[in-house]
Amino acid sequence: MLQLLWLVPALPFAGFVLLALSGRRLPDRWVPFIGVGSVGLSLLAAVLVATSFLAAPPPGYAYSQTLWTWMSVGSFTPGITLYLDALSLVMVVVVTFVGFFIHLYSAEFMAGGEGYGRFFAYMNLFVGSMLTLVLASNLLLLYLGWEGVGLCSYLLIGFWYQDSYNGYAARKAFVVTRVGDAALAIGLFLIFNSLGTLEIQDLMRRAAQQWAPGSALALSAAALLLVGALGKSAQLPLQTWLPDAMAGPTPVSALIHAATMVTAGVYLIARTNVLFALAPAVQLAVAVIGAVTLLLAGFSALTQWDIKRVLAYSTISQIGYMFLALGVGAWTAAIFHFMTHAFFKSLLFLAAGVVIMSLDEEHDMFKMGGLRRSLPLAFWTFLVGAASLSALPLVTAGGYSKESILYQAWAGQAGSPWLWAVGIAGAFLTGMYSFRMVFLTFFGEMKQQPSKKPSIDIGIPLVVLAALSIAGGYIDLPRTLGNLPILSSFLQNTLPPTVIAQPAIDTELVLGVIAGVVPLIGIYFAYLLFFQRRPAYADGPTRVARGGPLYRLWFAGWGFDWLYDRLIVRPFVWAARADKDDVIDSVYDGITRLNVVFNNLLSGTESGRVRWYAAGIALGAVVVIAIGVFA
Amino acid sequence: MILPWIVAILFIGGVLAWVAGRLGPQWPRWVSMIVLLIHLALLVAIWAQYFGQLTLSSRGPWLIEFNQPWIPQVGISFYLAMDGLSLLLLLLTNLLGIMGVLTSWNAIKERVGFFHFHLLWILSGVVGVFLALDLFLFYFFWEMMLVPLYFLIALWGHENRIYAAIKFFIFTQASGLLMLLGIIGLYFIHGQSTGVYTFNYNQLLGTPLPASTALWLMLGFFVAFAVKIPVVPLHPWLPDAHTEAPTAGSVDLAGLLLKVGAYGMIRFLVPLFPQAAFSFAPVAMVLGIAGILYGAALAFAQTDLKRLIAYTSISHMGFVLLGIFAWNELALQGAVIIMLAHGLSTGALFILVGDIQERIHTRELGRMGGMWSTMPGMGTAGMFFALASLGLPGLANFVGEFLVLLGVYQVNVAAAAVATIGFVLATVYALWMMQRVFFGPNREGWKLPDVNAREATIYAVLMFFVLVLGIYPQPVLTTAKHGLDNVQRYVARELDGAPPFDSSAARLRSDNDHANPPSSDHRSRP
Repeated sequence: MLQLLWLVPALPFAGFVLLALSGRRLPDRWVPFIGVGSVGLSLLAAVLVATSFLAAPPPGYAYSQTLWTWMSVGSFTPGITLYLDALSLVMVVVVTFVGFFIHLYSAEFMAGGEGYGRFFAYMNLFVGSMLTLVLASNLLLLYLGWEGVGLCSYLLIGFWYQDSYNGYAARKAFVVTRVGDAALAIGLFLIFNSLGTLEIQDLMRRAAQQWAPGSALALSAAALLLVGALGKSAQLPLQTWLPDAMAGPTPVSALIHAATMVTAGVYLIARTNVLFALAPAVQLAVAVIGAVTLLLAGFSALTQWDIKRVLAYSTISQIGYMFLALGVGAWTAAIFHFMTHAFFKSLLFLAAGVVIMSLDEEHDMFKMGGLRRSLPLAFWTFLVGAASLSALPLVTAGGYSKESILYQAWAGQAGSPWLWAVGIAGAFLTGMYSFRMVFLTFFGEMKQQPSKKPSIDIGIPLVVLAALSIAGGYIDLPRTLGNLPILSSFLQNTLPPTVIAQPAIDTELVLGVIAGVVPLIGIYFAYLLFFQRRPAYADGPTRVARGGPLYRLWFAGWGFDWLYDRLIVRPFVWAARADKDDVIDSVYDGITRLNVVFNNLLSGTESGRVRWYAAGIALGAVVVIAIGVFA
Repeated sequence: MILPWIVAILFIGGVLAWVAGRLGPQWPRWVSMIVLLIHLALLVAIWAQYFGQLTLSSRGPWLIEFNQPWIPQVGISFYLAMDGLSLLLLLLTNLLGIMGVLTSWNAIKERVGFFHFHLLWILSGVVGVFLALDLFLFYFFWEMMLVPLYFLIALWGHENRIYAAIKFFIFTQASGLLMLLGIIGLYFIHGQSTGVYTFNYNQLLGTPLPASTALWLMLGFFVAFAVKIPVVPLHPWLPDAHTEAPTAGSVDLAGLLLKVGAYGMIRFLVPLFPQAAFSFAPVAMVLGIAGILYGAALAFAQTDLKRLIAYTSISHMGFVLLGIFAWNELALQGAVIIMLAHGLSTGALFILVGDIQERIHTRELGRMGGMWSTMPGMGTAGMFFALASLGLPGLANFVGEFLVLLGVYQVNVAAAAVATIGFVLATVYALWMMQRVFFGPNREGWKLPDVNAREATIYAVLMFFVLVLGIYPQPVLTTAKHGLDNVQRYVARELDGAPPFDSSAARLRSDNDHANPPSSDHRSRP
């Protein structure tokens, strides 16, 4: 059954091609059969492949399938080759699974709008690209998927193209991530040039043999890959595109945040873990960037009024946790958190989508409220998602994965109490902003009656994802709670095992308790502020304008947009526009004008006056004679 | 005898089309179409026949040769020869010729016969340039393609056509004269040192030249080719010529005339003056990078859609120049792929502008916007070629640009890194273009017919080739290798003993022999 592997990415691509070719000729009622069906079949293929992989693991715990040689120039022979091992298997299953339910949800959610077929075409392309990315055996094919997801994010964020703001947000997403992509491309050049291959397994083997740890080559290679990952995963300083990416339809946000795109950077680093292990300074940078990002984004999330922007900042923050995990060498914990995050974040977006849809495209949480009774399904599922995002201990999936990251941030090989402290502070913020959403949206007085109720197509994904947002954590139980790390031990067939500096069970227990209690404190603060409304703090968006400078800074995402706008965008646009008529052309124009001037001067001598001609002849004769005499 | 026919068919076809114009406006269109299809069939037959032999090492440098004395008194012969490189460029020429005829089908209504005469004569000149191996003959074809293109712009162009046509003519003519000086200089130096006065390429190769003389002669060639490519700062003719030319003219300009410059560098400039070229390489690479960045930035600033695309050409061709002067297998193969990819994708974008202009009678971006809702088919095509243009993996341009940069990286890390910024700038202008044309509000309330069958065919064919070149470029790479191997091997032999062009690259290679087997190294002996 492993031979079916190629079908996993091929089916969504086929769906894209079919939908794109049929265009508007295809009646809307047929669109979901292709659009959702292709991803459904892809999920089926993925499940079949996964079962046969688990039932009879191939030799070396990896299976690779070459479809054809992409190009062959000298010794540069990247293939269209898929590579399945424990890591890509987990990614594939999560991507197709979550992707399928988002598609199912979209079939109902997007129905009736303009461009129904176009929407599913892009969505299929998105899933196909992401699957190519995670299955790629070499970095060039990975780069194809990498750029593919960037493209699809652009297409989908700008899906409602008639609004210029959407177009702006879409372009921003593509251009900012492409800055990272350019760095990644240079990284590819470097790796090929010094290791002679882009095959991921080969290059890691050769790097380990040829590069000394901490050598310049290893550092630059890892740093370039890291910049690429920062762009796609919306980490500091390339995080600015993600909050604006909310301009797209809500299922798109779910797809970008949960299954595709932003997790690509996490995957890349985990995939090329050997390179990062060879560059300890860069790996430390991964951890620090993750830590700083998770904190900054947490503060920003606290101040947003748009429910989707809160979720966007929460994604940046949660990916920050994954980077923190990667940076301290907690490879499996990062992937674990990726998985649980995929469940609860897609759930949160889909539930938020129901709220937004039923309130006629209202995004402002301060205009919502009291929806607990009228939208019970959305409420309960959102509550589960928020609990999992806040990492409530024991009962939620997010609790297990975040606890695992926090423990290793302290006790892991590269861990330190500082990193742990930042993570804990982030956990407090997460609890607070998550339940700020819950209280503002579903509690308090009702400000607007919902106009629509979700149907079954929307209900099924919500329930399934909610179930997984709780149960998904039991796949990896820590030592202190049953000691059954199924996922970690499976992933360690591919990823290096986590090294714990001092494996003391007491420490783990104490840290676990702290990690469990801190979110609760955050939630309690949210309860005080936004449920009981103790201070007149949460009045509404007007508050932001009047709020203190720090509040405004957080609201504006710490002013990165402002900075980039002044430093890069405006100077570039100004310079380009100033030179619109091409200064080089004016040089040639100058030559032309000079010719005209000389032409006029010389034509002027042809005056028709004999006296002047005679004088000219005489003068010329004098000059000639003078030259003859004196020279 | 097949080679002269490949040139002559188009030459005769042009005359036939002109004559057929007397019968009615449809006649020249069909005549040109049939002539081009016959031409295509010939080329494809040659490709099919020789494809298996391309990789045989026993095969000589040329697949087919034709050599007849022309003016033997001064050593001029009618010498045509084809290798893998020229074959590919001929196929591109033909394909874009067909697209040019198709796109002009309804757009050209005046003097239709005369128009097609010029169109086919341009193609004939370009084909001659790609085949000629006698430098005099090469110069003859070089000038021959110029004149009909001048008339194409001056007679069927847009508002400001006379200005643009004259500017184009002066730039290319003046630079062509410098090349003529170079050719004649080489001819006499070769004659004096060997006693054989000839314009034959094979014999002129390896003419011993003092370094400074070689540099000056090389610069003569360089300027002529650089104007065509065009290399910043010799580019200002291009935006005007592109913008004012009729669509078919722009397609031929972008797709073909820009390529003869790059072809000339690979075939003539570097092999004839290897040392001079390599000592000049750093300058050329800087100019290439300048073109990539400057072209992209100016493309973004334009308000005329056609001018925008014209500036993107400068940016793309900067990669070609960069690749040629990096002169290793990866970079050269990349340059060839970009030449083809740019011909297809930018040609398609010019056709797109032509189709839009036919509908709304303006090229001003300010008057466009929101046209996706009224022309989704056109929008899809536009998006596809915009993505090709920004170098999306899976499409043709990416393969070329990636290979070029990979090759350049081996020679000069900084050059590759700076040129990669071009990826970002290309994204900026391509997406900006899509936004201004197809997205945003439909301010002017355009209600336009979407692509018709003829237009859809053009786009579909070009899309097909861009996609195939993007995901399976191997047949093209194999074909190009046949030509590139020979020039590379020759240049490597000439350079042997000369100081290495870049010592850091040499060091890197010797460290990693598995990465770069000798065959990919331009300094190794065959």
